Amino acid sequence: MKTTIEIKNLTKRFGDVEAVKNVSLTVDPGSFLTLLGPSGCGKTTLLRCVAGLEDPDGGDIYIGDKLVFSYDRGISLSPGERELGLVFQSYALWPHMKVDKNITFALEIQKMGKEEMQERVKESLAEVQMSGYEDRYPREMSGGQQQRIALARMLAYRPKLFLMDEPLSNLDARLRMDMRTEIKRLHKASDSTTIYVTHDQIEALTMSSKIAVMKEGVIHQLDTPDKVYHYPADLFVADFIGNPKMNLLDAVSDGKESIDLGKFKLKAETHNFVGDIVVGIRPEEITIFEEPTPDAIEFIAYSVLPAGADSTVLAHLDDLEITIKESGTSKLNMDEKIWLKFNPDALNLYDKETGKLIQKLE
Amino acid sequence: MEKSVLSRRTIASSRRFVRWLTKPEVLLGLIMLFMMYYMIIIPLYRMVETTLTWQARDLITNPDAEVGKFTLFHYTRMLTGALSEIYMFKPLMHSFTIAIGATLIALVIGGSLAWLVVRTDMPGRKLVNQLALIPYIMPSWTLAQAWVVLFKSRAVSGGTPGVFEALVGYAPPQWLSYGPLPIMICSALHYYTFFFLFVSAALMSIDSNLEEAGELMGASRWRILRKITMPLVVPAILSGFIMTFSKVLGTFGGPNILGTPVRYYVVSTMMRGSMSVGDTADGFVLAIVLIMFSVVTITLNQRLIGTRRSYETIGGRGFVANLSKLGRWKNFFRNSVVVFQILVIVLPLGLLLLSSVMLRDGQYSIDNLSLQHWIGPRGTVYNSGEPGVLLNPHVRAAAWNSIKLALWTALFTALIGVLLGYAIVKGRGSRLSKILEQLAYIPYVIPGIAFGAVYIAMFLKPVGPIPPLYGTFALLVIVSVAKHIPYSSRSGVSAMMQVGRELEEAGEVAGAKVVRRFRQIIFPLTSTGFVAGFLLTFITTMRELSLIIMLVTPETQVLASKTMFYIEDGNDQMANVVILILVAITALGNFVIGRFRGGSLQKGLGL
Repeated sequence: MKTTIEIKNLTKRFGDVEAVKNVSLTVDPGSFLTLLGPSGCGKTTLLRCVAGLEDPDGGDIYIGDKLVFSYDRGISLSPGERELGLVFQSYALWPHMKVDKNITFALEIQKMGKEEMQERVKESLAEVQMSGYEDRYPREMSGGQQQRIALARMLAYRPKLFLMDEPLSNLDARLRMDMRTEIKRLHKASDSTTIYVTHDQIEALTMSSKIAVMKEGVIHQLDTPDKVYHYPADLFVADFIGNPKMNLLDAVSDGKESIDLGKFKLKAETHNFVGDIVVGIRPEEITIFEEPTPDAIEFIAYSVLPAGADSTVLAHLDDLEITIKESGTSKLNMDEKIWLKFNPDALNLYDKETGKLIQKLE
Repeated sequence: MEKSVLSRRTIASSRRFVRWLTKPEVLLGLIMLFMMYYMIIIPLYRMVETTLTWQARDLITNPDAEVGKFTLFHYTRMLTGALSEIYMFKPLMHSFTIAIGATLIALVIGGSLAWLVVRTDMPGRKLVNQLALIPYIMPSWTLAQAWVVLFKSRAVSGGTPGVFEALVGYAPPQWLSYGPLPIMICSALHYYTFFFLFVSAALMSIDSNLEEAGELMGASRWRILRKITMPLVVPAILSGFIMTFSKVLGTFGGPNILGTPVRYYVVSTMMRGSMSVGDTADGFVLAIVLIMFSVVTITLNQRLIGTRRSYETIGGRGFVANLSKLGRWKNFFRNSVVVFQILVIVLPLGLLLLSSVMLRDGQYSIDNLSLQHWIGPRGTVYNSGEPGVLLNPHVRAAAWNSIKLALWTALFTALIGVLLGYAIVKGRGSRLSKILEQLAYIPYVIPGIAFGAVYIAMFLKPVGPIPPLYGTFALLVIVSVAKHIPYSSRSGVSAMMQVGRELEEAGEVAGAKVVRRFRQIIFPLTSTGFVAGFLLTFITTMRELSLIIMLVTPETQVLASKTMFYIEDGNDQMANVVILILVAITALGNFVIGRFRGGSLQKGLGL
């Protein structure tokens, strides 16, 4: 059942705008790939190209070993022939059909027998914990319930590939949490390959086996959530992922083992890069001391925002501003002197000119 | 090697082309494009072509003319020649006079009614709101015909006194019986509905919190009116103005009943006159002038208000307005409105009814009452020997034609609406979609009478595979469908927007082919709009006159045109019976729509 998705040099234009630019991408069988990016980055367009709802202007798409789209060969299978399921942002449940009819719609097209169909309806509703809702109309259910029905509708015809287009964006925060768990479990149970589109990085980080971070039609990084979070491939990803945001500070690297931030220097692995850089460090990789400590630099606590489980502290050193995330409720006072220690292993160095992560040359 | 690469490329690109072509929105869009090309563009082109070439008829005055060759003759004759005064400029002046006069009267009536209904505590506002729309539901020339019954002048109309003369004892002055003033008044009383609807929608959309905020900040009432209320109402008034103005400009029924007997011609009646004596090209020049004025006014409206759809009423969000207290004037206003509504609804219908049950016209006595014109036998000295309307084979044929016409038109219009809406919405952003939307809008700017004229040009001769349709029933259906395209595409687009693209795509992903998607998803979801559009078109087609008056023949006569021919034959009483029947049908239809859409007549009118 496990299916690989392969996208080669895919391009999609809307008028003069290139929504997807020459994107190549492989989704491993049974994995959960998230397309993540700000609105207008092309993630939904890419998903719709895979689904067959958009006609790309270049490239090839394989689902399994089936070539479903090839510009150069003039091939494009219709969405129905691609054996995939799609959950829409609006759920797209047909309002004039009851739940069971919504689910059996695709099955009828496949000319499935009556009994088997009823079996499938039961099964898929049970999978999303909506048993007994067969006779409801969509409007008679809450948003969360409609979302589950939309999932059940997709599960019922057992597609090889699950596509989800921001399925949780219309739900409130709490329901979203529940549904994340639910979708992750469904994915595990079904073994299907999934492509999931979202602009919510928490969703991406919590659910995916891999994340493709997109901007302006280009994939900036395709990696595991862990790598994307800890080693953002470029400044865009570094800035986009994480809340509070990663500290990005201008510095100069001497190519040996220290970088100069102007006011102070830090020890860092420079990979022999000499020149202007941007150094990135996550707020939680900085430790606060309330008294002078070796290797810690003096700052002023500009604002302290405790939020229960953790606190966000904004520290100033003249015009240099640094965000720190501390666990627990911070006891610091505003305008107090503090000393910051940067975790030398958590420093990411970026070439200022290209914006790319400076990595060990291998 | 190179060759095979090349041919593979050609195969690929032809596959891509076929795929593009077979996309449902493209295929449907192209079919619609083709259809509109035939129904709108070619007729317009033919009309212009006719005015710019020598016609066989011109040989009488210009023996050297080469039929079919280019000439500006018709324009020079109509615009500068000796006859231009009579054929062009006088009717144009008359049309403008009437349009401006009627629009101003309509503004006063519609505006004040709207204010009374929306912003005051006048008793009975709800009922007034409902009744205010009735004059618009009736065929537009109903009031004109009632006016004739009341103010008929023996000097003009051959012998029988009107009700006014019978009651008062002396004949009304001719300026009251016929000519510009009565045309203005009757048109205003029909078309004030636009002002009423637009202004009440605007007034309803004004949050009185805004006004209260102004009051709290110490602004004077006048200042509030000027700074807050007026800016919101002015666009509505402007829209109403343009809408009424262009409608009156193209109206035919009223001017024909109240103007033609005293040789007071407007553009529409003059156009029909020219056409009926065979001066087709001259009629077309008039039609082009009329279209140009209509285009100018409507473009002006869009410029001023900034949107093509400014004539749409805003869905009244129903703010709780703080109503103006009328105090002791309350009853005065209420009574005035009641009197007004009796005058424009009950009295005209009563007059028509009275005239219809009199055996001899103009004899106002009990023993002259008779149902002769309703159910009288054939072969009497009355009705030129024709039997009464209800037994009359000609009327029955016309009624049958009317129903057939309305049904076919409504069916095609509603269907085209959905398909056009689909092609436009699904193809949003593509050039095809834009072209479709613009083409669909064209009939809106062409006055009905001119549109009818356009169709004469089109189908006198065969067009491509289509035989000459002049004089056929199909032509009436086509012209009615074409005239309704702007409205049907508008409602189709909004219906499709409501459905949204994802519902259809969900079906696509589920493997449903296009026919199934239409059958099981799109049609069911747009059915409410479809039925409403169907009923609405049915009614408007039933009472449409100016559009088809030049296209009907004795065989294709419909009820609306039948009334006009009865009137022109001096058979007013028969006409009045038919008008009453038409009023009954349209009122019933509107009632059904109101019910169907779960609400007001306003919705029923589809404005």
